[in-house]
Amino acid sequence: MATSSTPPFTVSGLSLSSTPPTIDIRGIVRRHGAVTAVDRVSFQVRRGEFFSILGPSGAGKTSVLRMLAGFEDPDEGDLLIDGRSMFGVPPNRRPVNLVFQSYALFPHLTVLENVAFGLKMRRVSPTLIEEQVRQALTMVKLLGKEGRMPNQLSGGEQQRVALARALVNKPAVVLLDEPLAALDQQLRQAMQVELKSIQEQAGLTCVCVTHHQEEAMMMSDRIAVMHQGRMWQVGSPREVYERPCSLFVSRFLGVSNELPGTIGPWVGEDRVFRPTDADQMPLTVRTVSTEPAGRSATLSLRPEQIHMAQERPSTSDPVLAGRIEKVLFAGSDTKYLVRVGRDRFWETRMVSGTSLPSFAAGDPVFLYWSRADARLFFE
Amino acid sequence: MSSHDLSSSPAPARSSCRSCWLAAPGLLWMGLFFLAPLALVFAISFASRGTYGGIVWELTSANYLDLWHPLYGKILGQSLWYATLTTAICFVLGFPLAYVIARSPARWQPVLLLLVMLPFWTNFLVRTYAWMILLRQDGLANSLLIALGVVDAPLELLYTPTAVVIGLVYGYLPFMVLPLYVAVERLDPLLVEAAWDLYASRWAVFTRVVIPLTMPGIVGGSVLVFIPSLGSFITPDLLGGARSMMIGNLIQHEYLVVRDWPLGSAVSFVLMAIVMAAVALYYRHAARTTGPLEGR
Repeated sequence: MATSSTPPFTVSGLSLSSTPPTIDIRGIVRRHGAVTAVDRVSFQVRRGEFFSILGPSGAGKTSVLRMLAGFEDPDEGDLLIDGRSMFGVPPNRRPVNLVFQSYALFPHLTVLENVAFGLKMRRVSPTLIEEQVRQALTMVKLLGKEGRMPNQLSGGEQQRVALARALVNKPAVVLLDEPLAALDQQLRQAMQVELKSIQEQAGLTCVCVTHHQEEAMMMSDRIAVMHQGRMWQVGSPREVYERPCSLFVSRFLGVSNELPGTIGPWVGEDRVFRPTDADQMPLTVRTVSTEPAGRSATLSLRPEQIHMAQERPSTSDPVLAGRIEKVLFAGSDTKYLVRVGRDRFWETRMVSGTSLPSFAAGDPVFLYWSRADARLFFE
Repeated sequence: MSSHDLSSSPAPARSSCRSCWLAAPGLLWMGLFFLAPLALVFAISFASRGTYGGIVWELTSANYLDLWHPLYGKILGQSLWYATLTTAICFVLGFPLAYVIARSPARWQPVLLLLVMLPFWTNFLVRTYAWMILLRQDGLANSLLIALGVVDAPLELLYTPTAVVIGLVYGYLPFMVLPLYVAVERLDPLLVEAAWDLYASRWAVFTRVVIPLTMPGIVGGSVLVFIPSLGSFITPDLLGGARSMMIGNLIQHEYLVVRDWPLGSAVSFVLMAIVMAAVALYYRHAARTTGPLEGR
């Protein structure tokens, strides 16, 4: 990290409309002792947007969420919600509600009392409370379970109560802390779809913190990738997946098949890329990069961009020779681990059940891809 | 191998009773040294006093009827008041203390708990004498108050009800802190944050979430403070004057000074009945407010 003090940073997808963003975070810094948990982070969230902060554990994303909720204040920078600075405003005076990872349902209160808690604290009239709680419970499909205690509910139901308890207050922003992490795989996938549809139906503005890249991509309008306290890239799921701006983002949002080498001279629209491994032939890459020839770079490809053939294909696109090391059948598709260098393995995928030739471990293969698909990252 | 497995796995119902005999020594001890003396005291409470203090085995309910005298009522009322006040003060002092200990770094908690229990390492009587020195007319408390300019002349502290309550709070505070510590330690801090996030003020967080969820500890601590406070006699004897006699002093007085064992026994049983009734009521109320989750 010593090589670059500022990560390559791109923001896209910001609206140009005149209404102020629901959330406007301006260069916030948060230190825990000597550790800078959040380092000059800025981003905006539009009304009705599902915004995810994605990063490995310890990236500082939970700190951002806690600062939005009001449990912590930034050491530097400012944080605006609906155009109003939230600095020093305690959590109970902020128009945000948090859905906790562990749900944090009140164990001594019924489902109804849990969901009504926020309205009751704001002294909403009992008739209005009843109506709004009913609406919220209908939305999360928990009508009829009002009288249950939290420990009488399944994990999925508890998750719904936690969600209803937040959205019943009609907050400007619903904060989600790893909302589905405690659910098992199957329930998790069902809830991803449901959470997204509730969010769209109710027009909620959501900020979701997660380390689960697939979940973030499926639910979010935009994703911010965070690492070591910094925000590395903000964009739509497609943008950050297909056009990652750094090797870290590329690796974190899926499989990144990499080849180190140096960038060479221009050949028409393309440039020559010389792999470091001596036994690999130079490849061509289509890039807009103007880096001088001789700079070291890393070429990266997604598994689904790579084609496999038993014979060397007659194509002007780059081809890499390798040997199949392992075949991993994963149901709907099959993963192949291909050795392309002494200690270098690439992962490719093929949809199962197609009439394509099948490969077995030990087979020599040729990997090829469109020269426009490969991405180059410079150190 | 399989036959061995079969023979070595006893029926669960039988195994649960097979270990019953382990409780026999304890039960025997309780029977001999707790139940039997209690039965004896109960019997004595229906006997009569001899002229020179002995026990005359004539069945009578006179001892219980004597207790209707307003003087005894006053002592009982006073005892209940002191015990209630002690419990309340212990709660007010003990809750923040327990909260701070339970929320302090894990490696400090045993040390802090040890400090709470440290006074137990010294004899209770000695510690009560120490309070006499502190509360004397020219004692440390008065010197401090005068030095700080709070009062001009020394206050009369020793041999007053105030001294009794101070002594009781001092003596029984750890019994409040320990159960509260356990309860707060179990309270998920995220629930406090959740309530705060849901627009609850700090006071509402305390009354709506913290209190209900630590109720088992509050009940436990209160019972542990209230019962010994009600029956205490060293503290009121040494720190309180003649005016602050408690029911424990009355029992001691009847047994050792007046040598009226039957009356002393009757007072003991009335005290026991009151304590049991109070505790039963308290638990029932607590179970209701805590709901089915923490209910007993």
